[in-house]
Amino acid sequence: MALGKLFRTTVFKISLAYLAISAIGAGLVFSSVGLSMNHLIGDQIAQTIETDLTGLSEQYAQGGIRRLVNVIQRRTRRPGAGLYLVTTPAGEPIAGNIASLPPGVLAYNGLVETPYHAAGDPRTARRALARIFVLAGGFHLLVGQDLEEGEKLRQILGRALLVSLIWLVMVGTIGGLWVSQRVLNRVDSINANARAIVAGDLSGRLQVAGTGDELDRLVQNFNAMLDRIYGLMIGLKEVSDNIAHDLKTPLTRLRAGIEQALRTAATPEAYREALVKALEESDRLIQIFNALLSIARAEAGAGGEGMSDFDAGAVARDVGDLYEPVADEAGIALAVDAEPGLYVHGSRELVGQAIANLVDNALKYGSENLARQSRDQESPPRVELSARRNGANVELIVADHGPGIPEEDRTRVLDRFVRLENARSRPGSGLGLSVAAAVARLHDGSLRIEDNRPGLRAVVSLRALPPGQKPAISFLPKQPERAA
Amino acid sequence: MRILIVEDDSEAAGYLVKAFREAGHVADHVSDGLEGLARARGETYDVLIVDRMLPKLDGLALIGSLRAENHLTPVLILSALGQVDDRVKGLRAGGDDYLAKPYAFSELLARAEALARRSRSGPGEETIYRVNGLELDRLAHKLTRDGKEIPLQPREFRLLEYLMKHAGQVVTRTMLLENVWDYHFDPQTNVIDVHISRLRAKIDKGFDPPLLHTIRGAGYMIRNGPR
Repeated sequence: MALGKLFRTTVFKISLAYLAISAIGAGLVFSSVGLSMNHLIGDQIAQTIETDLTGLSEQYAQGGIRRLVNVIQRRTRRPGAGLYLVTTPAGEPIAGNIASLPPGVLAYNGLVETPYHAAGDPRTARRALARIFVLAGGFHLLVGQDLEEGEKLRQILGRALLVSLIWLVMVGTIGGLWVSQRVLNRVDSINANARAIVAGDLSGRLQVAGTGDELDRLVQNFNAMLDRIYGLMIGLKEVSDNIAHDLKTPLTRLRAGIEQALRTAATPEAYREALVKALEESDRLIQIFNALLSIARAEAGAGGEGMSDFDAGAVARDVGDLYEPVADEAGIALAVDAEPGLYVHGSRELVGQAIANLVDNALKYGSENLARQSRDQESPPRVELSARRNGANVELIVADHGPGIPEEDRTRVLDRFVRLENARSRPGSGLGLSVAAAVARLHDGSLRIEDNRPGLRAVVSLRALPPGQKPAISFLPKQPERAA
Repeated sequence: MRILIVEDDSEAAGYLVKAFREAGHVADHVSDGLEGLARARGETYDVLIVDRMLPKLDGLALIGSLRAENHLTPVLILSALGQVDDRVKGLRAGGDDYLAKPYAFSELLARAEALARRSRSGPGEETIYRVNGLELDRLAHKLTRDGKEIPLQPREFRLLEYLMKHAGQVVTRTMLLENVWDYHFDPQTNVIDVHISRLRAKIDKGFDPPLLHTIRGAGYMIRNGPR
């Protein structure tokens, strides 16, 4: 079973392929070596024969057939001698160590490979490379070399090739199995881990082996994915918890109000009053719901249709313009300072909403303590709304000089529904900052809550369009003035 | 005005029909897209109120078919999807206005009336709006009341321009935010009210009769004298 799985693994298939390729390579190398060897042996034999023949024909030239026969007889007695045969012009053997030859061989003039029987051992068929030379008197002289030795060498070479191929296959297979088993083990443990995480605790993480190889990178990416999923899930859980809490509270109030009106209201006026209250309560519910949806949309990265290039400075001016009368009425000076041409890509609408929320907060909370103190002084409390370029980013800053937020609470206030104690009594969904933070995240930016010494500085940092890039202003359809 | 409501929730549609009748309008209701398309083709309405998600034929497809036939009755889209991109999609499909559910009826009424009036008033846009001595010159960017010039901030000018364009009609806060500021979110504070009271101080203070009226529970209206 385990072996079957091993055979199906990619690693095994890859090692098998490498094995086949290297076997073919080794085969090619060995056969080319064998071929060269063969040539070498053949050349050497031919050369030996040639030298022998030259020597013998010299002996013949000097001492005639008698001397030749003598020399041959002497030579054939030595162990490991070559093959010799001298025959009459008619083919009758005179001397030599060859018992028989196939007919017609002696008529061949030149180098020939031929079977023969040796004189001492007429039963064994042997092979020889020989050269036949016709001497001046018509005698035939054959000088040859037995090919058995070359054959042996060739066989040894062949066997060596075969053995090394077998070794190669064996070592390759075992090595491949070992390597793939090792990789497979790690993949198996990753899989088991992943299954465990999927089945149960999403906070678990895969183990990084620390080798820095591709499996480690895979595991790291996998863990990053798990982080993201876990974050989203926690977010979802928080949302549902918070929906349960913050929507149920006004719903309970709404229901109680209606119930009470049904029970106790006696006059149409009392009913009317209860209904007006119920309407207000439901409006507040809708407001909370809309804010939650905005956050969810922004966090899900809903982009597309609403996204375009726009001037963040213009948004700051718009929002400042929108809130200026409210600030004025509250006795707060709202100062707007926006650099021109701060183009960013994103949703003008959402960024506007985020800035409006921040300004809203600054006007609500940012002036409270100080407002009372500075009533007597000359200068009214100030809220500053500015837009400026900071490196590659555009920063939209809303700063007040109020009590600020204690450092330990600064990240907490970005969570949904968190309202610090002193804000509990004031109207609002408690979602303003969370909406702003979600909008910033949607734009790959950030919302920072800083100390304005004194007061609060909320900084929405968005990525600016590169200075060279011309903003592509898209014309969202405004209310189309259609006329019949 | 005659209104066709294409909405699959018949209870909600029932409320709407009744409320429109009380406001002095005639409203018909059909509950699916195909029937809505047939009715819109066969009869003459001043405004169509179309839900986005409808059985048989989707609301946007309905609008698309009408517009493809060069049928120009103004359409107000109602939808539970209220996000920016949904709105943009709805307007691109040929809708004239977009209102997210849940809505206040006064808001729907004001928008429907604005659409119907716009289609009646024809293509020519007046360059001077007049309401009882209040005269707004759109080209010269000048406002006078009883011949006396009143200086306005640019934003105040646009605010008044929108109100006067819809003189005699209720204009809601969100309509002002959308048309004067081009934002569709819901500001947590009553920012529009403060803008209006400033504007009122400029155009009504020291003059008679008051022209800029607050319509309780709905919005504002520029009109000649009290109702």
